[in-house]
Amino acid sequence: MEEYVLLMRLDIITKDAQPSPEQMQQYMKQYHDWVGGIAAQNKFVGGTGLSTEGRVFKSNNVITDGPFAEIKESIAGFITVRAKDFDEASKFAQACPILQGAGNTVELRKIVSVHEKGK
Amino acid sequence: MNQQELIPHLFRTEYRKIVSVIAKRFGFEHLEIAEDIASDTFLTASQSWGLNGIPENPTAWLYNVAKNKAKNHLQRINVFEGKVAPIIKQDVTSEKSEEIDLSPQNINDSQLQMMFAVCHSSIPPEAQVGLSLRILCGFGIEEIADAFLTNKETINKRLFRAREKLRENNIKIELPREGDIEMRLDTVLTTIYLLFNEGYYSISQDKTVRKELCLEAMRLCTMLVENKATNKPQVNALLSLMCFHASRFDARIDRHGQLILYDDQDVNLWNTDLISKGGYFLNAAASGDKISKYHLEAGIAYWNTRKEDTKEKWENILQLYNRLLQIEYSPIAALNRTYALSKANSREAAIFEAEKLDLGDNHFYFLLLGELYGILDKTKARTNFQKAYSLAKTQSEKQAIQKKMDEL
Repeated sequence: MEEYVLLMRLDIITKDAQPSPEQMQQYMKQYHDWVGGIAAQNKFVGGTGLSTEGRVFKSNNVITDGPFAEIKESIAGFITVRAKDFDEASKFAQACPILQGAGNTVELRKIVSVHEKGK
Repeated sequence: MNQQELIPHLFRTEYRKIVSVIAKRFGFEHLEIAEDIASDTFLTASQSWGLNGIPENPTAWLYNVAKNKAKNHLQRINVFEGKVAPIIKQDVTSEKSEEIDLSPQNINDSQLQMMFAVCHSSIPPEAQVGLSLRILCGFGIEEIADAFLTNKETINKRLFRAREKLRENNIKIELPREGDIEMRLDTVLTTIYLLFNEGYYSISQDKTVRKELCLEAMRLCTMLVENKATNKPQVNALLSLMCFHASRFDARIDRHGQLILYDDQDVNLWNTDLISKGGYFLNAAASGDKISKYHLEAGIAYWNTRKEDTKEKWENILQLYNRLLQIEYSPIAALNRTYALSKANSREAAIFEAEKLDLGDNHFYFLLLGELYGILDKTKARTNFQKAYSLAKTQSEKQAIQKKMDEL
């Protein structure tokens, strides 16, 4: 088994992107059902949603508020999963409910340390 | 109560107190001496009471005899060996030194401290449960063997090794330090929950023994709730969970010791007193910002005390399982989550998710699939029930599955 991280990116800041409370509840349910489905297969390792607060540190002591550089690229959350290969991990990623929103992305990356130790 | 009933009854309630207090006084390394003195006290009682009749205050009588036996023991070792730890020697100089304090307060403190000594991660969980049954619950070796469906010899060996190991590790009968308490509590709670489950899910047919295991687990947890240092949210959550489960104890097992499934239970046999206690402790658990698996399980157990099949109920149960599985995976939680999904979302969605579970050796898995296919596809339902039937281990499980097939 390898471990993979799924980085969920979507616009969590601009006003237009704010869902209504009912929508939000529906999104959260879909999200939790998705994570619960991974956990029910004993493939969930860890991870969480992230709040909109944050800071970005750059070279030359440049610090900006906001958790990201480009609004569309802000990370809304991440989870780590166990999977036997990239294909299995891809299935988890493709089922992520945030992909129902246009412009949203899930980035799938294999975790190196596990890759090296695991064999 | 006559003597035949009284002595076993007092053994169950007083043995553990005497052991804890004396072991606390002598030090954990002399645990077996404390157990011997306590056992010996009851032997003396059965001989003396048989001849002279039951004393007016049997408990006080026992305490007195135990005190004297402990004192004699202290004197003997002081004179002949001087082997007992220097602390005791030191104490001997003062008048009160050999006093054994069997006041309610000291009994309570000693038992609580003993709980932390016995539930220690240096010994395996089943040894912790066994030792707890012996030392904290006053169970006889034979009763423990019955509960574990094994023989006395195995239990004696297991307990012997456990005591040795704890001695080697220099375990003290004391409350952990403030900073360690959360971590140590984890182990204690795990043992209490195992003890409870041993009673609740055991395949032993003896309903009385099973119920007693559950009640003992609840009693130990109550002691933790009643002490300020250990009255933490997760402790209340575990107690709440056990109250909710125990509320169905009489409804879920019939006169012949057979399990009655949730859907077939007589709600009038649910214990409403325990349900409201469960609610009380669940409220008490709702402080702090950490959500333990006991919180989530207590939440699920709460919804299960409401029999009406509402969307709200199943949506809540589903979300609680979603979170529980992220904290701690277990096949049974995965299956229950899938069942909740069928109720909260749809059968089709649940079947889709169930197909992904890698539980092909588990008869509950096929039982669930059979249940989900039920009205959608009778052929598939039957195939799955048949697989469940061939994998089921006990006769009563096979009977229950047969009934499902007949009902198709």
